[in-house]
Amino acid sequence: MTAVPTSGAAADPRRRRPAIGLIAGLVILGLSLLTAFLPGLVAPHDPLSFDYKAILHGPSLVHPFGTDNFGRDMLSRVIWAYRIDMQIAVFTTLFPILFGTMVGALVGFYDGIAAQIFGRIVDAVITFPFIVLVIAIVAVLGPGLGNMYIAVGMVGWVFYARLIAAEMRVQMRLDYAAAGRVLGYGDVRIIVRHLLPNAIGPVLVYWMTDMALSILLGSALGYLGLGARPPAAEWGVLIADGKNFMTTAWWMTIFPGVAIVLTGLGFSLLGDAVAELLRPRR
Amino acid sequence: MSAVPGMTPPLLSVRDLVTEVATARGPMRAVDQVSFDLADGEILGLVGESGSGKTVTLRSILRLVAPPARVAGTILWRGRNLVALPERELRAIRGREIAAVFQEPMTALNPVLTIGLQIEENLQAHTMLTARERRRRAIELLDIVGIPAAASRLDGYPHQFSGGMRQRAMIAIAIASNPRLLLADEPTTALDVTIQDQILKLILTLRQQLGMSVIFVTHDLGVVAETCDRVAVMYAGRIIETGSVATVFAGPRHPYTAGLLASVPRTGGERRPLQSIPGTPPPLSQRSGDCAFAPRCAFATDHCRQRQPTLSAVAPDHAAACWHPEALTTAPPRTAAIAPPPRAPSRPTATTPLFEVAGLVKGFPVRRSALARLLGKPQRVVHALNGPHFVLGRGETLGIVGESGCGKSTLAQCLVRLIEADAGTIRYDGIDIRTLRGAARRGFNRRVQMIFQDPYGSLNPRMTVRQILGEALHVHHMRPAAAIPDRITALLDLVRLPADAADRYPHAFSGGQRQRIGIARALAVEPECLIADELVSALDVSVQAQVVNLLLDLQNQLGLSVLFVAHDLRLVRHISHRVAVMYLGEIVEIAPTEALFAAPRHPYTQALLSAVPDIDHSRRTLRIAVRGELPSPLAPPPGCPFHPRCAQAIDRCRRERPALTARGGDRLFACHLAPPQDGAAAAPRP
Amino acid sequence: MLSLRDLLNRMLQIIPTLIMIMAAVFIIVRLLPGDPASAILGDRGSAEDVARINTQLGLDQPIPVQFLYFVDRVLHGDLGTSITLGVPVAQLILERLPVTLLLTAMAALLAVVAAIPLAFLAAIRRGRGVDLTIGAFFQVGLSMPVFYTGIVFLTIFGAGLRWFPIGGYGDGLGEHLYHLFLPALTLAFSLSAVLMRNLRASIIDVLNADYVDFARSKGLAPRLVLLRHVLRNALVSTVTLFGLSVGTLVGGAVITETVFAVPGVGRLMIESIYGRDYPVVQGLAMTLAVVVSLVFLLVDIVQAMLDPRVSR
Repeated sequence: MTAVPTSGAAADPRRRRPAIGLIAGLVILGLSLLTAFLPGLVAPHDPLSFDYKAILHGPSLVHPFGTDNFGRDMLSRVIWAYRIDMQIAVFTTLFPILFGTMVGALVGFYDGIAAQIFGRIVDAVITFPFIVLVIAIVAVLGPGLGNMYIAVGMVGWVFYARLIAAEMRVQMRLDYAAAGRVLGYGDVRIIVRHLLPNAIGPVLVYWMTDMALSILLGSALGYLGLGARPPAAEWGVLIADGKNFMTTAWWMTIFPGVAIVLTGLGFSLLGDAVAELLRPRR
Repeated sequence: MSAVPGMTPPLLSVRDLVTEVATARGPMRAVDQVSFDLADGEILGLVGESGSGKTVTLRSILRLVAPPARVAGTILWRGRNLVALPERELRAIRGREIAAVFQEPMTALNPVLTIGLQIEENLQAHTMLTARERRRRAIELLDIVGIPAAASRLDGYPHQFSGGMRQRAMIAIAIASNPRLLLADEPTTALDVTIQDQILKLILTLRQQLGMSVIFVTHDLGVVAETCDRVAVMYAGRIIETGSVATVFAGPRHPYTAGLLASVPRTGGERRPLQSIPGTPPPLSQRSGDCAFAPRCAFATDHCRQRQPTLSAVAPDHAAACWHPEALTTAPPRTAAIAPPPRAPSRPTATTPLFEVAGLVKGFPVRRSALARLLGKPQRVVHALNGPHFVLGRGETLGIVGESGCGKSTLAQCLVRLIEADAGTIRYDGIDIRTLRGAARRGFNRRVQMIFQDPYGSLNPRMTVRQILGEALHVHHMRPAAAIPDRITALLDLVRLPADAADRYPHAFSGGQRQRIGIARALAVEPECLIADELVSALDVSVQAQVVNLLLDLQNQLGLSVLFVAHDLRLVRHISHRVAVMYLGEIVEIAPTEALFAAPRHPYTQALLSAVPDIDHSRRTLRIAVRGELPSPLAPPPGCPFHPRCAQAIDRCRRERPALTARGGDRLFACHLAPPQDGAAAAPRP
Repeated sequence: MLSLRDLLNRMLQIIPTLIMIMAAVFIIVRLLPGDPASAILGDRGSAEDVARINTQLGLDQPIPVQFLYFVDRVLHGDLGTSITLGVPVAQLILERLPVTLLLTAMAALLAVVAAIPLAFLAAIRRGRGVDLTIGAFFQVGLSMPVFYTGIVFLTIFGAGLRWFPIGGYGDGLGEHLYHLFLPALTLAFSLSAVLMRNLRASIIDVLNADYVDFARSKGLAPRLVLLRHVLRNALVSTVTLFGLSVGTLVGGAVITETVFAVPGVGRLMIESIYGRDYPVVQGLAMTLAVVVSLVFLLVDIVQAMLDPRVSR
């Protein structure tokens, strides 16, 4: 009766390979990060230097993305914007994911008055349209990326906390959590060692989506003049700059937009792949 | 009623049925070269463990397999080949001539449509009845399947029905257009044993009244014995043995069938190791040309590993797919690979109590709506435990049986303080454990361990076996760090897993293996007492036997006390020294196993025992063990909790709750009908 | 179905949410840099004037008392006075709110009308070309910022093809609908992407459900199975999803109105931020939150009507 365990692959016929999406997502985001860290290496021109001899030139070999109304090279501006927008993606989500995970884990584990209060906070936060709330807070604090991080941080953690609290409750119903308690393990051990590693999956998936959403939000604020301030190259700011030239110089608007869509695509492909990889295996 | 093949043309004739289902690793044969006949009016049982292809076979008949799946072969139904029939013509047969009942009525009934509509749409598809007539017929059908106040339930939704009533409703839908053949896919697996009994009898009665044939898919051999005329045993997508139930069960010719039958606990074999089939059923795969059972078979020869046997007659009306069908009749069947432990003493001598439980009460408040709170409506409570008391002796196994909702799991969880009881006392080794804190509580935790039901949920999927076991050893300082690896190997050996299992994650193991890891984790802290909550109910029969044997063996070896909580009476009978029967949060009878099963005294115990399908004495009676369903634990009936379902209830039962009273020997039960015997003292009741 | 008791229950449940909304806005008010008195008086006020106004506004009271005053004023429809326009905030909002409501309603309708059939098509033909094409299209929709979609639509259908006006609101309902079509389409583009993606997943779940097989086992026609058994259940999840997306929709409206110069509350909000007109910003944040919570209530009720299990 000495049965030998079957190999993982054989025991799990439903496992899918998320390879293509994963690779595509990783390539897009890898290049994005590289560009964000070393824009100077990739950009053909100085993004800020005016060239009055090349105002509103269309795409050409010298300026593949054309030039803007000051003769600045659009390709270089889009490339330099990677630095700001990737920074937005990371900085906006960093505090929410850390703080939210912590609060959510505690609220999910200790059901009680704190959980009730938390429930009410969630109800209130989700009734405020997120962008309206952020805009209102930025309005109070003043425009700028730093204030945007603060504004998002004030409310963004709620979504992570809600997600992880729900997942913690699911995990706590499973017998391994009960086994830990019967074995006399302390709360900290059960939360950190047992529940969190199993509950964190949806949070990581949501993080990918959230980084894409943060770029959308950051560029929207940039477009409205409440985020990154000109002349800093930020995709939303670039689109706002180009808006008035839309009919005559479409390249000023289209290319920054393409960069946003491409980055969002990268995050969402990676998110799907992560979801697939983290799917509980049976 | 059973027809001999060849004399009259069969109603249904399946030949070389092959069903390929799509999986992530390409198409797999879930059903492989299956052939069988079904005579008019016959009940055929299709048995097998999970993954044997029995359900897919059933669904293939009506081509109800998910789209990428492919069905080949012939299925002759009254002269027409269903495999080749255009979808449109097949639709006229579905529900009209051949109807189906599925396993899980909660998911098989559409949650957003009324029961009435779901019956009427069958009538609409197959009859010319007007809307008014359809409605009248729907009421009639609900009445036929035994749903009380049928007219008022017609506009109800599935979630408003109990499990048993939902299954009745599903049967009403299936028989709406008087089908000739009913395909029943594990129709009672999700139900409690007394409800299962009612539903089985209902199907048998309907079969008689409507002259239907039935194909009954099940994993429960007892259900086959009680309901079926003929049986076909499936393994790895093939039928490996078929014949009349009496012949096959009396003299199985395929080693798998024999092993399956031997895995079921029988009367007289109490506390002996069950015969188990080693290994686990194979996963769905592209089968090669060997006998799929060969790796688990004691009689397998090289021939078996090279060539696939086909179903061939071994006796009149009895066929088996085995190269050595005579082996079982000549050689004694191989016993399980573990050495049979000496039979345990029927009861441990000198039972000093380990657990003493008295008057345990636990209620779960139901969430009130905002309006109810505002209007000051009283808080409703699910009464899970209404004061059971009992004693568990050292080295003893006490079985706790009861149907879902009887409070047996709540009780088990209270004993290890996964749930805190509202009132009552729990003494362990003389200490009241309900007030223990800190180190004292951890000490208690070490001495009493729990093993769990769900093989998929009871192990942390992100930890290796080594980490799981090592953590328990480390937290309780069971061994110095240097000795931990050796101890892990020893623990794995104790539960008969190889040492190299330590560095694998839980998903690499089968259900039975995971349960053994769970046992090893509990044993890591060297407890004196194990509480097993439905330990094997999620496992296949042949694997159940392995785990049960292990538990018996470990108990003998380590002198453990065991509280064995389960709904399976056969299993509880097999394992326990004493058995307690629970009903609506109370213990209604508690007695030594032999005494309880030989002569149950409480009417509920009697009903429960007669509801269990018996492999050995197929009774084929239509008499129902007990009518009615479990009352809501939100409002338990006054007086005796069983009185609304008790045929012998007298007036006193409706008013006064009977106390659990000693009635001679070690037997206690709570019933007004039998007066306490002379000299027997009433047990204290808080 | 939905009883009066359920309805009352649901209405009771939003009361704590409304209180939280007011508390949140009140806290944001307290965070304001500078004090209201100097905002009202400008640089001219003397110390006495400031004290007088503080007393007038109740700002010398303890904070809980101030909160009660605040709640009292809000319940009387007093949201303060616009600093730049000198008009009551409530009046400003009431003038502009219908525009935004019409815009979001149009967008929601367009999105649902597009998402349901496409999700069905993708779910039924999952893994095939149609599914992948629809999937790719909506993947792009999910990653496109609303203002960018707006500018692209504006340029192509407004400035380029001249099918639609490039901004404004017009007079009369017909004109309104005509002017709001492009902004609504912009909003619907991202909303339908979210709806379609999730709806497709839930339809696939429903298609694999046991009750769909059971319905087929009765011999029902495929069309009937799809319409009666699949659609109804899929609608339940659409409604749930739609409820979750309302906040995003209203948020998107704020930006879209700016792009298309639609005179709704969104544009009012951005203009007020530029003009540092805090009372208007506060009033708007609160109004929008209340609108969203009312939509939640509505969604809840519709859900209870579609799904008998929801009624508690």
